[in-house]
Amino acid sequence: MRIGVITYPGTLDDRDAQRAIRLAGGTPVPLWHADDDLKKVDAVVLPGGFSYGDYLRCGAIAAKAPATKEVIKKAQQGLPVLGICNGFQVLVESHLLPGGLIRNEHQHFICRDQKLRVENNQTDWTNLFEKDEEIIIPLKNGEGGYIATDDTIKMLEEENRVVFRYLELNPNGSMNDIAGLTNERGNVVGLMPHPEHAVEPGFGPDTAVATRSGIDGLKFFQSALKALVNS
Amino acid sequence: MFKNKNQPSGVDTVENAKSEPDKDQPWKELGLKQDEYESIKEILGRRPTSSELAMYSVMWSEHCSYKSSKIYLRQFGEKVTPEMKKHLMVGMGENAGVVDIGEGLAVTFKVESHNHPSYIEPFQGAATGVGGIVRDILSMGARPVAVMDQLRFGAPQDPDTTRVVHGVVDGISFYGNCLGLPNIGGETVFDKVYQGNPLVNALSIGALKHEDLQLAKATNPGDLVILFGARTGADGIGGVSVLASETFGDEGPTKRPAVQVGDPFAEKVLIECCLELFHAGVVAGIQDLGGAGISCATSELASNGGKGMKIQLKNVLLRDESLTPEEILMSESQERMCAVVPKKKLKDFEKIVNKWEVEYSVLGEVIDEDRLYIDWGHEEIVNVPPRTVAHDGPVYDRPVEYPKYQDALNADSSSKLKRAETEAAAQLMELISSPNHADKSWITNQYDKYVMGNTALAMPDDGGMMRISEETGLGVALATDANGKYCYLDPYEGARQALAEAYRNVAVTGAAPRAVTNCLNFGSPENPEVMWQFKQATAGLADACQELGIPVTGGNVSFYNQTGETAIYPTPVVGVLGVIDDVARRVPSGWQDDGNNIYLLGTTYDELDGSAWAKDLHNHLGGRPPKVDLQKEKELASLLYGATQQGLIEAAHDVSEGGLGIAILEASLRFNVGARIWLTELMERDGVNLTAALFSESQSRVIVSVGREDDVKFQALCEARGVPVLRIGVTDKENQAVDIQGVAKLDLAAIRGAWAGVLPGLY
Repeated sequence: MRIGVITYPGTLDDRDAQRAIRLAGGTPVPLWHADDDLKKVDAVVLPGGFSYGDYLRCGAIAAKAPATKEVIKKAQQGLPVLGICNGFQVLVESHLLPGGLIRNEHQHFICRDQKLRVENNQTDWTNLFEKDEEIIIPLKNGEGGYIATDDTIKMLEEENRVVFRYLELNPNGSMNDIAGLTNERGNVVGLMPHPEHAVEPGFGPDTAVATRSGIDGLKFFQSALKALVNS
Repeated sequence: MFKNKNQPSGVDTVENAKSEPDKDQPWKELGLKQDEYESIKEILGRRPTSSELAMYSVMWSEHCSYKSSKIYLRQFGEKVTPEMKKHLMVGMGENAGVVDIGEGLAVTFKVESHNHPSYIEPFQGAATGVGGIVRDILSMGARPVAVMDQLRFGAPQDPDTTRVVHGVVDGISFYGNCLGLPNIGGETVFDKVYQGNPLVNALSIGALKHEDLQLAKATNPGDLVILFGARTGADGIGGVSVLASETFGDEGPTKRPAVQVGDPFAEKVLIECCLELFHAGVVAGIQDLGGAGISCATSELASNGGKGMKIQLKNVLLRDESLTPEEILMSESQERMCAVVPKKKLKDFEKIVNKWEVEYSVLGEVIDEDRLYIDWGHEEIVNVPPRTVAHDGPVYDRPVEYPKYQDALNADSSSKLKRAETEAAAQLMELISSPNHADKSWITNQYDKYVMGNTALAMPDDGGMMRISEETGLGVALATDANGKYCYLDPYEGARQALAEAYRNVAVTGAAPRAVTNCLNFGSPENPEVMWQFKQATAGLADACQELGIPVTGGNVSFYNQTGETAIYPTPVVGVLGVIDDVARRVPSGWQDDGNNIYLLGTTYDELDGSAWAKDLHNHLGGRPPKVDLQKEKELASLLYGATQQGLIEAAHDVSEGGLGIAILEASLRFNVGARIWLTELMERDGVNLTAALFSESQSRVIVSVGREDDVKFQALCEARGVPVLRIGVTDKENQAVDIQGVAKLDLAAIRGAWAGVLPGLY
């Protein structure tokens, strides 16, 4: 299975996302922002970073890139798309997911090992998790505060579209502790924390057993492969 | 500063310089001394043009020319044995040293100061400090893979410290995070001696294949000189001269315009663009633009290659069309690089920079003549031998004087301080909740330590560690240290100690120390007592490197860290790089398993002078710093390496500031696993009392935890290597406490509360 990873100018975690896909058993395919050819990939990851320097608004310029326009079109037809951190911001700016992401309420960038609860295990990127499973993956962002209108929040909660919720500590002031969302169809998922940084023992978050051994992020990419096999 | 702009005749040309030899020139305002101005005239056989004067003023500044430190820095090269050079691919004098780590791979690393700008404008000062060192690493042909920072702030409660801390941490966070470089460690120290002179040192490390090495040289006449990256603006003019090479005073205009302004997005794109240029083999020589901007890049590339250049300065792309040629030559605008490109490769060069949407312009070409010509349109404004600008600057043997206060300082020992052993537990808690020993995660959590997916160790572990080869797990560890208090008491011993501690911090991670970088932060070289400190510290460091058998590969000197007559403590930050064949063997700084034995390696002496116990608890600084025995350090490092290779050690933590007591608490806090500790045997064996056992800062000591099944093997190994070993406790997962027999049972939650709340409470 071929999963594309888009590199925008200022993207940082593209190689990490490619490694995660490889470790999950997929084939990573690098995609270039200026190119509207998605190379017939089976799914797409929009990785973290500071696309176009986060000028204007985080993700706003990337949402208009030729590659993103193709992703929007294909996502509406069911292509599995995962947006991580800046990728989540791009999905929101592209209106594939509702709401917005603003400066962390404490005004600082924050990097920490974050506990999350998987609220929805019916999406293309979470089908291998148990419902309500608690996982730890790194979080690192400056503008991760999720906001939306009351009606939107109500709709997201009622339709079970909140996929991840922050546990123990809300690191950025997100409404309803929302860490990640999905679209109606469950093929598009966006979240602020970084599953691609918890895929390889020795380089992930600390666990109760050993230093930096957490690999809870691997299931995101394995879930996508499973969804693709079943589709 | 430059009046020429408004003169009807336009710029000051070489012709003007000849026809108006007696014109008044602002050499003093540009930071030059009278005799320096005279020697420029002697070199040129005429007065310099205003553009030439601008170039000499920045390139002959203390910051760029090392004029006061050169005669001492030589010994880092002279005291290197052939054995020490074995792994050294590029030594001092280049943008950064390059060290062979095996498997056809190499790393380059360097630490540099950005102290003065970070006080004037903390956010931009610190941000561009990161940007500058990263470009140094990039210009060696390496992909930058990590950063670290070494910070010294003033008194924690001072309102101005708040301004500096917030600005500096935000600046490092902003720039480093946007670049996508993991921040894997560093130091933060508070002391009122740094109040008006905070230190912001930034270290970067890069990785490359041997064949990808690039050098800053222009050797082939006819090759094009191309400036690319950000446009040139009016920021950072005179940064190296009027800002970094002068003492802060109360008078004078603000120096904020001398601080550069950074754009990490532009730098990220520039990094990827440069790496693609290198791999395509398009570039014959490369130099980053940092201090002294175009003046530095053109003269150094030409001088290094033993050639000349002909440059058309009007070709420089500007942010502001009103800039004068002098300003263009001095501007320290960030995110710029200068490449030497063979003419037939220009098309390939253009293709790659266009892909990354990076702007460029051809400034001129390399010529087979020992001359740097710079034209402004059709007028010649610079005509100089490049070597005189870049390398043959003034060299000073400054007066050196043994400080008047030194004897009294050394005589004022801590032995008179009361040792209230019943208060040991309270003192331990006071120390762990003092700003210098409290949790630093308020700072380090603002830095991305995960990006790139190769971070094997990062703060709060003793050293940072990066995987370099994903195939084999080959990696490097890095640690930096400097104890300003020790260096103030004895700069020679203090510098040796800084090296010993960084060396030890690399050894505890499981890596073998291999090379050294340094950033020597001192007061004014015009003060003979500061020069004495500098002389002593450089000698101590060079001698110690020789004794440990690891070479200095490069570094940086920062003088003038003083306000009025008050200089900072001499603070020679020393970074040690180690190599580990597989990062999977790395050792963290805290224990996680239950029931493992805790051993203290090394001997404890009654050494409380200059300690945290004396300074932070009793406000006393005097006496003699702890003794450093480098043979012992070597034996200890070799033991740790051997034990790690056999997988015998679960955790290892350096015993340094704060002594054994603080080391035990830190190792317990790392994974929230407690310990039961007994000290009576230690006190008997080493003949020390409880205060010394807990707080002495004797060197060459490490605590380790070892699984019971490996006990016999481990002890035998210690015996074979001649390292003193004593079991002082066991790890204890159940109790959630650090129970020090005869002292107190300290609840882990209480320790954590006292330790973690300090910095968030202050800032």
